[in-house]
Amino acid sequence: MFHSRKLLAASVAVFALFAGPGLVAAETPADTLVQAWAIDDIISLDPAEVFELSTSEMLGNSYETLIGYDPKDVTKLFGKVADSWTVSEDGKTISFKIKEGRTFASGNPITADDVVYSFVRTIKMDKSPAFILGQFGLTPDNVEQMVVKTGDNSFDFKMDKAYAPSFVLYCMTATVASIVDKKLVAEHEVNGDFGYEWLKTNYAGSGPYIIREWRPNEAAVLERNENYSGEKATMARVIYRHVPEGATQRLMLEKGDVDIARNLGAEEIEGLKSNPDVAFQEGAKGTLYYFSLNQKNETLAKPEVAEAMKYLVDYQAIADTIMRGKVKVHQTFLPEGFLGALNENPYSLDVAKAKELLAKAGLPDGFTVTMDTRNTPEITGMAQAIQGTMAQAGIKIEIVPGDGQQTLTKYRARNHDIYIGVWGPDYQDPHTNADTFAKNLDNSDGATAKPLAWRNAWDPKDLSAKVDAAVMEADPAKRAAMYQEMQKEILANSPYVIMFQQIEVAGLRSNVKGFIVGPSFNDNNYVYVTK
Amino acid sequence: MDAKDEGRHSALLSFLNRAGRLVVTVALTFLGLLLATFLIGRVVPIDPVLAVVGDRATQSTYDQAYKALGLDKSLAEQFWIYLQKVVTGDFGTSFMTKRPILEDIARTFPATLELATAGILIGTILGIPVGVWAAVRQGKLFDQIVRVLGLVGYSAPIFWLALVGLLLFYAKLGWVSGPGRIDISNEYVITRQTGIMLLDTALQGEWDAFRNAVSHLVLPASLLGYFSLAYISRMTRSFMLNELSQEYITTARVKGVPEWRIIWVHALRNAAVPLVTVVALSYATLLEGSVLTETVFAWPGLGLYLTNSLQSADMNAVLGATIVVGAVFIGLNLLSDLLYGLLDPRIRRRT
Repeated sequence: MFHSRKLLAASVAVFALFAGPGLVAAETPADTLVQAWAIDDIISLDPAEVFELSTSEMLGNSYETLIGYDPKDVTKLFGKVADSWTVSEDGKTISFKIKEGRTFASGNPITADDVVYSFVRTIKMDKSPAFILGQFGLTPDNVEQMVVKTGDNSFDFKMDKAYAPSFVLYCMTATVASIVDKKLVAEHEVNGDFGYEWLKTNYAGSGPYIIREWRPNEAAVLERNENYSGEKATMARVIYRHVPEGATQRLMLEKGDVDIARNLGAEEIEGLKSNPDVAFQEGAKGTLYYFSLNQKNETLAKPEVAEAMKYLVDYQAIADTIMRGKVKVHQTFLPEGFLGALNENPYSLDVAKAKELLAKAGLPDGFTVTMDTRNTPEITGMAQAIQGTMAQAGIKIEIVPGDGQQTLTKYRARNHDIYIGVWGPDYQDPHTNADTFAKNLDNSDGATAKPLAWRNAWDPKDLSAKVDAAVMEADPAKRAAMYQEMQKEILANSPYVIMFQQIEVAGLRSNVKGFIVGPSFNDNNYVYVTK
Repeated sequence: MDAKDEGRHSALLSFLNRAGRLVVTVALTFLGLLLATFLIGRVVPIDPVLAVVGDRATQSTYDQAYKALGLDKSLAEQFWIYLQKVVTGDFGTSFMTKRPILEDIARTFPATLELATAGILIGTILGIPVGVWAAVRQGKLFDQIVRVLGLVGYSAPIFWLALVGLLLFYAKLGWVSGPGRIDISNEYVITRQTGIMLLDTALQGEWDAFRNAVSHLVLPASLLGYFSLAYISRMTRSFMLNELSQEYITTARVKGVPEWRIIWVHALRNAAVPLVTVVALSYATLLEGSVLTETVFAWPGLGLYLTNSLQSADMNAVLGATIVVGAVFIGLNLLSDLLYGLLDPRIRRRT
């Protein structure tokens, strides 16, 4: 016993020596904002490639787009890099003037050259988000003729058709329309790669912050841009710490080791509500939770079955329990906050009605079907709740769990029965969701475009034409009305059971003020945060 | 040529022969490892292009990435190209982190190495004496306690234990620092040299940062230490029970050798031979990176990196990390063989 007792004493001594309570610093530095977030989604820092949530937010605070909108009222558009703009007679050209006398973080002036270069670069590199600009008829071959400098501070943006100006301008608020510092990026060009090799891990913008460093799976560090042309940011530094676990984030927030926790689950939020040191900031996001029925499955293709399923989800119960505080019931394809969004939620749990519909479809005893479910706690929890209510009408759902990429691969190959997941808009214009939910011009297996309608092998018939028409309507009010009509049709008759709109909830130390949760991730703003 | 010279000559030959065989075995092991990982990566039902371009890309973007990943070539061709690159030390680039794989591994492995080493030290230093004593006190109270503790260590989910540990020692008692390797305020005090936090802080004389790093390390390391302790003490106990029932122990007792000498010198010395393998294997397991521990403690190590890469079908990264893990396993196996030779007089004499 002698030996082990000695060892025990020694180890206790070592433990006490290093881990005395006095040593544990529980406060973040006063000039630094520290956020805990699972930032393993980052694949690039280049605005021409960024589509991920965390980097959208980082770039929203460190780059400037051509146009911006008021996060509280998205119909209010204003110029960020742009000063003013005019639409030509034929509606196919928008002439932009850009603000003079402003500079990039490097000190280089922001000129029309930079804007033209940024757009040409995006289209020529053709990374994932390039289509947001490309959909106006810009291709790698013609982009130099479509985006043309007309003066030191002005340029023309030409399009193949007279698209609705509101549509074009909303697309100019997306991360992909961020303006990069041409001179700086060009210095790092290798073999005509537009500086991609360099910019994917570096920074060349003009926003309130500069991105100093990104250590994958560890941290990202932003520092105040001292050359910023607007009012300078309050915090000298913003640090994102990669903390994958929500439960861990909660402990760190309570302890004061982070100022903001971003991945708190419903349980953690509930548990933190009684803590006076913690406050919450929330905002409705564009992400929708839905499940959809593959029309290749003959049973699911019956319209009565689709309608019955819409009555077999206990929307309110899920929103109040599993997803408490993180979603609100929303059943149309345009989330609140979008032009023309329709806030109608006609469906609720009604087993009798569903049984009636199933009987009409010739399935009075129900049927068995699989549901591909991403193995995150939230999606799995929802799937199980749906499984329970469906069973009441005799529909037996087999949950097939899979990792995110795995279920998505299967979904995109149209090999599912039911897919449950999320859809987030690509930019802040109604066309982004209309285009995917309501348009499918080629329903064959070999189609190149794979919108949600195609993935569910659904032919929306005349809706496709309506989507195309809405995008050409110059009058925003008429345009909004067109989207409302489409939403009504999809609500009544489609293979989508849209259930919720996401509410993003950030847990903050109660001394942190001024953190804004906007409708999209690049609107999340901490430039004037104080603590 | 006299007999002595001839003997030396044949000894050299046999050494070369064995070294050559070893090199071939190691090379074949690596090749098999690469091939298996490569094939698994290609048959998983994940479209690797999706991880690169995401869900929203147009067909032209998709095709471009598909070609860039070399997926338009046949499987055999892809593997051959990969092999050629690996031989020249080029493991390719990760498409998640956009950095060379070697750089990624150089960044993540030291974190795991630090944690695993601390864990195995705790597990071995405490585990062996505990196991020995449990064997000596077989069936008594101490033995029972050790067996229960071992059972808990064996069966409790590490994820849960880690969270409870954090809740207790970090959130409630404040004895240790929280997740991560070091506090933000110390992060920029030190410059990265070895990537091993304790070493870097000590070498640069930043003792406050050093203490901070220790207080971050102590909880996850103790946890891993507990798990290896459970295994090591159990194995030690059974090896010791085996030794203590041998005749030479009875002989020693009859000769009047003090009991502590019989236990800690005679018996333990013989039990140590198989124990080396047990410790080496435990260490290797920890070096693979304990994914769950790394997740809960936000520890930016190899396990987290490997899991993330797997989930997004980042094959270059998976292959690179697998080679490192493989090398660790092979290296530790060779080391334990070597130690075997040193510890076991029968093998020592044969060589």
